[in-house]
Amino acid sequence: MNEPLLVPDAGGLYCRAGDFWIDPLRAVHRSIITHAHADHARSGASEVYTAKPGLPVLTHRIGQPEDLTGLDYGQSVELGDTRVTLFPAGHILGSATVRIEAEQGTWGVSGDFKRAPDPTCAAFEPYPCDVWVSECTFGLPVYRWPSPKEVVGEILEWWSDCSRQDRPAVLFCYALGKAQRVLSELAAAGVEDAVWLHGAMLPLTECYRQQGVLMPPTRPATEAEKGEKFKGQLVLAPPSASGSPWMRRFPKHSAGFVSGWMRIRGNRRRRGYDRGFVMSDHADWPDLVRTCSDMQASQVITIHGNGESLVRHLGDQGIQAEAWNLRQTLRQASA
Amino acid sequence: MKDFAALFDRLDRTTGTNAKLSALADYFRQARPEDAAWAVYFLTGRRLKRLVNTRELREWTAEASGLALWLIEESYEHVGDLAETMHLLLPPASAEPPTETLAELIESTIKPLAQMDDDARKQRVQQLWGQFDGSERFLINKLLTGGFRVGVSKRLVTRALAEVAGVDSSLIAHRLMGKWTPDADLYQRLIADETDLDFEQSTPYPFFLASPLEAEPESLGEPDAWQAEWKWDGIRAQLIRRDGQTWIWSRGEERMDGRFPELEAASESLPDGTVLDGEIMAWRDDRPLPFSLLQTRIGRKKPGKVTLEKAPVALLAYDCLEFDGEDLRDRPLEQRMETLNRALSTASAPIQPSQIVAFDSWGQLPAQRDRSRELGVEGLMLKRLDSCYQVGRKRGAWWKWKVEPYTFDGVLIYAQPGHGRRSNLFTDYTFAVHHDGELVPVAKAYSGLTQKEIDRLDRWIRSNTKERFGPVRSVEPIHVFELAFEGIAPSPRHKSGIAMRFPRIHRWREDLRIEDADSLDDLKRLLRDPDAA
Repeated sequence: MNEPLLVPDAGGLYCRAGDFWIDPLRAVHRSIITHAHADHARSGASEVYTAKPGLPVLTHRIGQPEDLTGLDYGQSVELGDTRVTLFPAGHILGSATVRIEAEQGTWGVSGDFKRAPDPTCAAFEPYPCDVWVSECTFGLPVYRWPSPKEVVGEILEWWSDCSRQDRPAVLFCYALGKAQRVLSELAAAGVEDAVWLHGAMLPLTECYRQQGVLMPPTRPATEAEKGEKFKGQLVLAPPSASGSPWMRRFPKHSAGFVSGWMRIRGNRRRRGYDRGFVMSDHADWPDLVRTCSDMQASQVITIHGNGESLVRHLGDQGIQAEAWNLRQTLRQASA
Repeated sequence: MKDFAALFDRLDRTTGTNAKLSALADYFRQARPEDAAWAVYFLTGRRLKRLVNTRELREWTAEASGLALWLIEESYEHVGDLAETMHLLLPPASAEPPTETLAELIESTIKPLAQMDDDARKQRVQQLWGQFDGSERFLINKLLTGGFRVGVSKRLVTRALAEVAGVDSSLIAHRLMGKWTPDADLYQRLIADETDLDFEQSTPYPFFLASPLEAEPESLGEPDAWQAEWKWDGIRAQLIRRDGQTWIWSRGEERMDGRFPELEAASESLPDGTVLDGEIMAWRDDRPLPFSLLQTRIGRKKPGKVTLEKAPVALLAYDCLEFDGEDLRDRPLEQRMETLNRALSTASAPIQPSQIVAFDSWGQLPAQRDRSRELGVEGLMLKRLDSCYQVGRKRGAWWKWKVEPYTFDGVLIYAQPGHGRRSNLFTDYTFAVHHDGELVPVAKAYSGLTQKEIDRLDRWIRSNTKERFGPVRSVEPIHVFELAFEGIAPSPRHKSGIAMRFPRIHRWREDLRIEDADSLDDLKRLLRDPDAA
C-alpha cells in the first residue's frame, strides 16, 4: 500500500516525503504553521515555517522558535523530496494555504480560509492541485454569508441605537482576526471615534496596526476613568469575557456577537446575545463548494469540522471526497 | 407583514422583559385592529390548522434551492427548526415584498392554501418565498408550519394589552380564555373598557396556579391561616354549568367536550351559573387509580363502554369560582369553600369535594405528607384561607408541597439534538439500566443539566459517537446520571416493560461507573410496592 502524501498525525498532518507536519498540536521537529490561531499554532517545533506577514502575531502567540522562517506568498522552499509554497488563505493576517509538490502529485492544504473580502489580509489565491485538503467549519448549506458591507451596516445601526438609549454596545468577537477585521471595516465606513478594547485584544491589534492595517483609535477598557459608564460607547471583547466580572463595568449594555454561528437563531438565543452579526473568517457553504472546483482537484479531503455532508454532496457531483478527523490522531497517540 | 416582522425583530433582539413589553405595546397601539388580533393569536401560542405538510415543504425547499433532499434533512437536523431551515436554504427573494399586512396576508393567501390543490398550493408557497425575505419570510414559514414560539410568554402579551387598554391584566387574561376568532371585533373587545364586555357563556376563568414550596411549611407563619388539601395527580379542569349547558376546560385551555360523559351527566345536578375548579382523576372505590389509566381517557374523544368501565373518572372539586352567576374570585378562600359545599350539596357522583387535610400545627403535616405514596397523591397543597382566586402563577397564597421524587441511576446510551433554543446541541438523552447483562432503555430526559454541563456533554457525545440512526446517536455507555421521576407503571409498549412519569436529570454522577447503575429489577420492585424506594 502506498501511503498518501499526507496522513493525519499529532493533531495535524504529516508529510513523510518532506518530513514535516502541518499545524501539529504536539511537539514535532519541523512544522509549517498556516496561521496563529490556537487550534493551528502550537509551540514546540524547533524548525518552523510560516507566511511572512504572520510572523508578528505568531511569535506573540507561541514565542520565538529556534529556527523560524517567514516565507513570502508564492516563494518556494525545498523540504526533503518536496517543494512547499505558501499562498494567501484570506482567513486572518498572515494566514496561508500550503501547496506541496512531490512525486505523488500536488496537494493543496488549507488551514482555514475564506473568500469574502477582508481589508486586513491578502485575498485567497486558488491554484491547481490534485488533492485539495479543505477546512469544513461551516459544512452545511444553511451557512451562507451576507456581504460584509451589509453586516457592518447592521453593526453601525445597532451601535447608534445603543447611543440613543445611552447604553454601552458590547461586541463580542474573537481576539485575533475578527476583532481587527471589524475595526478595519468600521474605519472604512468612516468611524473615527475611539473604540474600547478588552485587554486580550490589545497586543494583537497593535501587531495589525504596525503592519499598516487602518483602524479607529483603540483604548483598553481597564484604563477608563473611574465611574465611566461607557454610555453609547462601543466595546470589543472576546467571547470568553461574556459573563465574567470584567463585564460589570458596562451596566445595562446590549451584547452582540460577530460570528458565522450567528446565522442560526438558536445559537444566538442559547448564548443569550441580544444581537448576532453574521460575519465569519471561514468559507461559507457556497464558497467551500466553489473552491473545490477552483482548485481543480480530482480529490477532496475535509479536515476541521463535520465534513460528512460536504463529502456526500461532492460525491453526488462526481468528485471523490472523504472526511479526515485530525483530533482523533491526537487522542490515539496520547492514549 | 412588515410591521409584524419589525415587532418580531424587536422582541428577538432583546432579552429584557421591559423592552419586550414596550415593543408589544408600541405595536398594539399603532396596528390595525385585525392585525393586532392575529398578532395576539400567534403570540399567545394559538396556531392555524396545518395547511401544508412538512414533507411537501421540504421537497419544495429542495426544488427551490437546487439542493438534494437529504441535504435539506441534514440541515434541518442541524438547525432544529424547519421554518428557519427553509428560510436559510431558500435563495434570496427576487421580487419586492407585497405591502399586505399580517391579517391581509393570512386571509388572502395563507388560509386559502387549505382549499387549493397540490400544484396550486406549491406554486403559491414558492411565490411567497420569492417575494419575501428576512424576518418576514421566516415568520411566513412559521405560519405555514404551525408553531410559533418566539420568546414571548402569554403573560407578557396580556400585560402589554392591559397597558394599552388601561384595564387590569387579569381581565385581559379572562378575555383571552376559551374560543375566539381573531378579527377586528375581537381586538376591540379585548381592549374594551371594563363595562361593555360580554363573555361567551363557554368562556372559562384563567386558572390560578400554585408554586412549589421550597422551604419548610413553618416559614408560612401561623398554621390556622392555612388550609391543607391532597395534591391530586390528574388533569386540572374547570367545569362550567351555565344556562343548562356544561363545558369542561383543561388547564391548557382545551375544551374536553364529550370526553367525560359521566361528569357531564353529573353536572346536570348543579345549579345554573356554577363554575368549579378541580382535578379530574381516574377514580374507583374512593381512591385514585394509576395515572396510566387516566391517560387512556385523555386521548379518547368519545370513550366506549369498555373504557368507561375500566377507567372511571371523578371530578374532585376544590374551588368554586362562580355561584348563582356571580364571580366569586375576589372572595376569600374560606368563603368560597362554604359556597363550594353549598354547590356540591345537590351534586351527584362522580362530582365530589376534594378532601381537606385537617391539622392544628405544622408539626402534624410531614406525617400526612409521608402517606402520599400510599394514598396515590403527589403531596399536599397549602392555601391561605384569606386568599382570593388570582390569575396565573403568583407566589404567596397557594403552595404545592410535593413528596420527594423517586430516583435511580441510569446510563446514557442515546442522544439526539433538541429543538428551538437547544437546536444543534445534543440535549435529548435516553438512559438505560442493567438487565440480564444488557443495558435496557427505560427513560428519556430533556431537562436538569446546567448549560455548562450540556455543552460539555455535547462535545463528549460528538467525539464518542458509536453509531448514527438519523438524528439519533448511540454513544459509549460510560456516563451515569441520577434521574428523578414521579411514578412508575407497567407498559407493554416499552421494551423494558415499564413507563415512568416525568423523568428528569437530577445530577451527573461522575463518581459512578456503569456497574453502579441500577437494574431493571430495582425499578420493577416499585411497581409492586410504591414505598420500596
